Amino acid sequence: MYNVSKINIAMLRKLLIFSVVMFAFGYALVPFYEKFCEVAGINNLLKPDVADKDIKVDTTRLVMIQLDSNVRGLPWQFKALQPNIKIHPGESIEVMYEIRNNSDQETSGQAIPSYSPRVLEKYLKKFECFCFTKQVLKPGEIRQMPVKFVIDSQIPADITTMTISYTFFSLGAVN
Amino acid sequence: MAVVQDVHGHGHDDHHPTGIMRWVCTTNHKDIGTMYLWFSFAMFLVGGFLAMGIRAELFMPGIQILEPELFNSFTTLHGLIMVFGAIMPAFVGLANWQVPMMIGAPDMAFARMNNWSFWILPVAASLLVSSFFVPGGAAAGGWTFYPPLSTQGGMGVDMMIFAVHLLGASSIMGAINIITTILNMRAPGMTLMKMPMFVWTWLITAYLLVLVMPVLAGTVTMLLTDRNFGTSFFNAAGGGDPILFQHIFWFFGHPEVYIMILPAFGVVSEIIPTFSRKPLFGYSSMVYATASIAILSCVVWAHHMFTVGMPTVGQLFFMYATMLIAVPTGVKVFNWTATMWRGSMTFEVPMLFSIGFIFLFVIGGFSGVVCAIVPIDIQVQETYYVIAHFHYVLVSGALFAIFGAVYYWLPKWSGRMYDEKLGKWHFWLCMFFFNLTFFVQHFLGLAGMPRRVPDYALQFADFNMVSSIGGFGFGLTQLLFLYIVIKCIRSGEKAASKPWDGGTTLEWTLLLLHHIIALKHLQSLSNSVREVWIHRAIKLKK
Repeated sequence: MYNVSKINIAMLRKLLIFSVVMFAFGYALVPFYEKFCEVAGINNLLKPDVADKDIKVDTTRLVMIQLDSNVRGLPWQFKALQPNIKIHPGESIEVMYEIRNNSDQETSGQAIPSYSPRVLEKYLKKFECFCFTKQVLKPGEIRQMPVKFVIDSQIPADITTMTISYTFFSLGAVN
Repeated sequence: MAVVQDVHGHGHDDHHPTGIMRWVCTTNHKDIGTMYLWFSFAMFLVGGFLAMGIRAELFMPGIQILEPELFNSFTTLHGLIMVFGAIMPAFVGLANWQVPMMIGAPDMAFARMNNWSFWILPVAASLLVSSFFVPGGAAAGGWTFYPPLSTQGGMGVDMMIFAVHLLGASSIMGAINIITTILNMRAPGMTLMKMPMFVWTWLITAYLLVLVMPVLAGTVTMLLTDRNFGTSFFNAAGGGDPILFQHIFWFFGHPEVYIMILPAFGVVSEIIPTFSRKPLFGYSSMVYATASIAILSCVVWAHHMFTVGMPTVGQLFFMYATMLIAVPTGVKVFNWTATMWRGSMTFEVPMLFSIGFIFLFVIGGFSGVVCAIVPIDIQVQETYYVIAHFHYVLVSGALFAIFGAVYYWLPKWSGRMYDEKLGKWHFWLCMFFFNLTFFVQHFLGLAGMPRRVPDYALQFADFNMVSSIGGFGFGLTQLLFLYIVIKCIRSGEKAASKPWDGGTTLEWTLLLLHHIIALKHLQSLSNSVREVWIHRAIKLKK
C-alpha cells in the first residue's frame, strides 16, 4: 500500500490513546468536581453550619416547623418523635428522629433532606444532622438521631409554617 | 442510491462485490460519503417527522394529537436524531467526499475503519427509532437527558444510552480517520496553511470530536451504571449529584455545538470565494479564528446552566468567556463580507444558501450573546427564546450550509447539474418558512412560553399557529430538495469538469492527479517515481 501507512498506524495509536484518556477524564471530573466544591465552599452538604453569634431570638414571632419523614425501598420505619414543633426564629432547637429496621436482615440506607418553602434553605442553619450519612441497622435495631438547628430570625415574616423533610433511600443489603 | 457514477475502482480488490454487498463492503471514501449523506437525509426526514408532530400538537392550545408523554418523547428524539443522526453524519459525509479530493489524497487513511464507522450508524438509528415501540416508550427527558428523569424511565432510556455510545464510537473513529488523512496524506506542496478552509475547519472539528466525544461516552456510561448497576454518580438518593451530570454533559455539549457549526463555516468559506471570484479574505485570520473558537468552546459550558445555583463569580466568568466567542466569530463574518466586497458576484443556489447562512447565523449569534448575559438568561432559560436561538444557528446555520454544500458539490459528485430554477425555489421557500417558524418563537420565549410542554396559555395561541404553519411549510419544502437531488442524479444536464468558474480548490482542478493516484499500477512503483508523477500532475494543474 502507500508508504504513509506506517505513520498512519502510529497516528491511529496516538489518537486512540488520547480518546481513552479523555474517557477516563470524564470519570476524573467526578472527584475533581467534589474537590472543587469542597475547596470553593460550594454545595457543602456534609459540613455542619457554624452558629452565628449575631442571630437574635425573635420572641415576638412563633413559627410552626413540621417534621416529615419518608422511606423509599427499605423495610424500615422512620419517624420524628414529635410531628411538629413551634419555635421562635433564632432559637436553637434539637429534635429527634427514630429509625427501626423491621426486617430480619442487616440493611443500610441514607437520608436526603428537603425543605419547604424553598427559601427556607437560606435561613436554616443545621449544626448536626444525620443526612447524607450511611446508616447500617441490624435486624430489629432501633436508632435515635438528633437534628440540631436554628432558623435565622431574618426569615420573611409571611412565612409562618415550614417543613423539614427527610427521606431514607436504600444503599443495598449489607452482606 | 447510486449517486456515484464515476466510481474509479479502488483496485486493491480483484473481486468486486456487486448489488447490496457493493455498498456494505465498500471502502471507497466517495461511496462512504454518499452513504453518510443519504443516511443523514433519511434521519433528517425522521427527525422532521417528529418536528411536524410537535408543531401539529402546538398548532392550537390544549392536547389534540399527542399525549404529554409521547410529546416529550417526540421533542427528545427530535433533538437526538437531528443532532447525532442528521447534522453530524452529513458533515462527516461531506468530509469523506471532499477532504481526500481537496488535499490530493487517494482515499481516507483507514478505509476499512471508515466503512465500520458508517455502518454503526444505522444500528444506532434503529435503536433510537425502535425505542418508541418498547414498553414505557422512548426516552422523554429531553435530548440532554438530565437526571433524575434519565435515571428513571423505562427500557427506552437504556436503548437511547446504547445508541449514544454507538454514535460516539462512530464519531471518534470518523474523527481519527479525518485527522490522520489530513495530517499524513496531503499531496506534496500542500502545506497546512495552503489547505482549503473546509479542510482546516474539519481538522479542528475532528480534534474537538476526539476531545469531547469520549467524555460523553463516559457520561452515558455513568448514567447506565446508575440505572442498572447500583452506582450513584447522579442519583441523589445514593449521595450522587444531578448537577454534576449537567457539568459533565455540557463539557461535551458546548464543544459539540461548535462541532456542528465549524464545518459549516468551512463550507461557506469555500462557496463565497467561488461565487465572488475572489480569494478568501484574511485566510490566516480565518484559521486562527476557527482555532480560537474551538479552544474557547471548551471553557464556556456552564452558560447552559446559569440557573443551577452557581456562585456569581462563576456566572461572570462563563458570561465573559461566552461573549468572547463573538470576537473570532465576528472576524469570520467580517472576512466573508470582505470577500464579497467588490467581487464579481453571481447568485447560484450554493451562494444563496451561503448568504442566507451569514444573514441568519448572525441573528442566531446575536440572540446567543443575549442568552449569554446572566440576568437575561435567567429570564429566558427553558423558554422558546432559547429554541429560537439554537434553531437559528443549527437550521439556518449548519443545515443551510449543508444544503449549500450539496448544491455546490453535486456536479462534482454526480457529474450532472441540478435544476437551478428549482434550487432557487428551494432556497427561497426555506428562507421564508424557516423565518416564519422560528422568528416568532423569539417573541413567544420573551413572553415566557416554556419549552418541552405540549400545551400553553391562550395568549401564545396566534404566534404558535404562525410557527406551526411555517414548520409544515419548511418540512414540505425539504421534499422538493429530495426531488431536486434525485432529478439531478437521474436526468440532470452533464456538468462540465469545472462547473463553477470561480472554483480554485483541488477538487475542481486536480482531477488528473486524483485519477493518477488511483491507478493500480502506481502502487507498484517505487516511492521516488510516484513522487515525480505527483509533482508532474500538480504542475499540470497550475
